Amino acid sequence: MTDILTAIVWMAGSGFALLAAVGVLRMPDVFTRMQASTKASTLGLGCLLIGAAIQLGDFAAFIRVATIGAFVLLTTPVSGLVIARASYFADVPLWKGTVLDERRAGTNGEERATLRPGKKPIRDGVVTELSPRKRR
Amino acid sequence: MLALVSQITLVMLGVALLIALIRLIKGPTLPDRIVAMDLFGVLVVGFIVVLAGSSGVRATLDAAIVIALVGFLGTIAYATYVEGGDPR
Repeated sequence: MTDILTAIVWMAGSGFALLAAVGVLRMPDVFTRMQASTKASTLGLGCLLIGAAIQLGDFAAFIRVATIGAFVLLTTPVSGLVIARASYFADVPLWKGTVLDERRAGTNGEERATLRPGKKPIRDGVVTELSPRKRR
Repeated sequence: MLALVSQITLVMLGVALLIALIRLIKGPTLPDRIVAMDLFGVLVVGFIVVLAGSSGVRATLDAAIVIALVGFLGTIAYATYVEGGDPR
């Protein structure tokens, strides 16, 4: 019984992990890639952790698995947010089919938000190449 | 049966690691590579967890905890570097 349950959960988890990797390879943009990576890999790792907890069936193993699960559930959204924020402010090009860029200049009748106030805002919210950045 | 399932799971995770490695090599910008490294860390944690569950060695899970922690810290450090400012 535990073997069957473990098999089902592990197959689902590895399938989600594989989907996350395929999404990271196939998506057109940094932001969509980050989306695929964080969501699908969190779900896949959660399934793998549940399978390992079922299979080991031990209190010590359960505590460790719960620790890994809680840590990943807490840190993956934070790392996704930090990556998206850093890559947006570093002027990584958006996908051509991007519908809405709320921080673009003129969307709300104001300047484009930027971390470095001396920089010019990007025209149309879409850049074609990485602009050189100041190094300290 | 469980040996076969764990082998299939490990093969799928290995294929996922290879695909993430392709994105890590190809990635046109630096944030693409950071995303690939983040996914790489999570996949390695899953790999170790499946190995621990199939072999029954509980001490391997501690290594998974450490790798999850180091991967998160590495992602934050890379993102701070990309943002190019003071680490606030």
